[in-house]
Amino acid sequence: MTVFPCKPALLVALALVAGAAPARAQSTMAAGQNLAFDRGKGNCLTCHVIKGGDLPGTIGPELKDIKAKYPDRNELFAIIFDETKRNPQTMMPPFGRNRILTEQEINAIVDFLQTL
Amino acid sequence: MKQRATVLLGSAFVALAALAFAATRVIAADKVDPVADAKAFQNFFFQKFPNVKHEDFVNGPYSMNEDMKRQWQEKEEFPPYEFALDAGKEMFSTPFKNGKTYADCFPNGGIGIRQNYPYFDEKEGKVVTLELALNRCREANGEAPYSYVKDEMASLTAYMAYTSRGRPMDIKIPDDPRALAAYENGKRYFYTRRGQMNFSCASCHVQSPGERIRAETLAPALGILNAMPIYRSEWSGMGTTSRRFVTCNSQTRAVPLEPQSDEYRDVEYFLSYVANGLPISGPGARP
Repeated sequence: MTVFPCKPALLVALALVAGAAPARAQSTMAAGQNLAFDRGKGNCLTCHVIKGGDLPGTIGPELKDIKAKYPDRNELFAIIFDETKRNPQTMMPPFGRNRILTEQEINAIVDFLQTL
Repeated sequence: MKQRATVLLGSAFVALAALAFAATRVIAADKVDPVADAKAFQNFFFQKFPNVKHEDFVNGPYSMNEDMKRQWQEKEEFPPYEFALDAGKEMFSTPFKNGKTYADCFPNGGIGIRQNYPYFDEKEGKVVTLELALNRCREANGEAPYSYVKDEMASLTAYMAYTSRGRPMDIKIPDDPRALAAYENGKRYFYTRRGQMNFSCASCHVQSPGERIRAETLAPALGILNAMPIYRSEWSGMGTTSRRFVTCNSQTRAVPLEPQSDEYRDVEYFLSYVANGLPISGPGARP
């Protein structure tokens, strides 16, 4: 809950960073993939099929065509941060709210997801 | 703006849900209906998996499709729990230092009774599980209690389950408000989300049985305890119901309770009750 007041500012800052430095974006994308596949972090493969990942689970939808499905990265961020806000029945852990991932880590994962 | 509105709406929804939960908790005292619960619980699984024979639900993930079922049948030819079963049989018939045996502590000499556990003990006012009864038997006869999670306790319960194989689970809830409260408490624990991952027991075992997390197929909650204790390849050994609860809690990054704490005893009561009528299949083998 406490993170919401500062989020818009943070997103603006990140958008600036992303726009200004393609090399940096490339590296956060790679970092995002590592975080997404890491069993102790995002561990997205436990539930989602993701191109390039082994032994995916079947609970969530396959993560593909993400940019077409979620043109607004804020929406993607919000889903990873706490999907229970939108769907109280979801299986998806609230990665941001429960501090499984930091906002920076979620943003790196969003960068990676947008390449799928 | 839209996102903010969604967030606000989401918060309002959570608040409403919390209110509704608080309200049902107040009403719950005179609305506990285990008979209707068990019927609804079983029907949920029967309808979700119309091709699974009712008595097959006790085989956990192996009931979920033909491939898995074949794996199970192959495994049962050289069951990995066999050594525990043999050890349990021997332990069961070996007298304590005082000359008495486990058979002296149980109805029918402990044979073919696993389906009646856990039961509600009206003298104690609490749920008594088979594991608890076994350690109480040991202590009453001057022996040190065993660890609740594996080894000797798994061997003893494996043997006792084996003597009950095929018998329908038969859990009673006596006409005692404390028994109903224990049942309701177990049910609440089962459906409450907890831990860093925010899962309830039901998230995986009611919402998602048959689905895979990585390569592992999630077991249906219905009949999940009928197979206890189990040899789990993941554990490279045997585990009891206590072990199952503790590891489920820690794998979802929740704080596990002490084995045989009141809440675990109540969850076991709830889960066993809603599996009434399904056969005992323990000891089991799981991936």
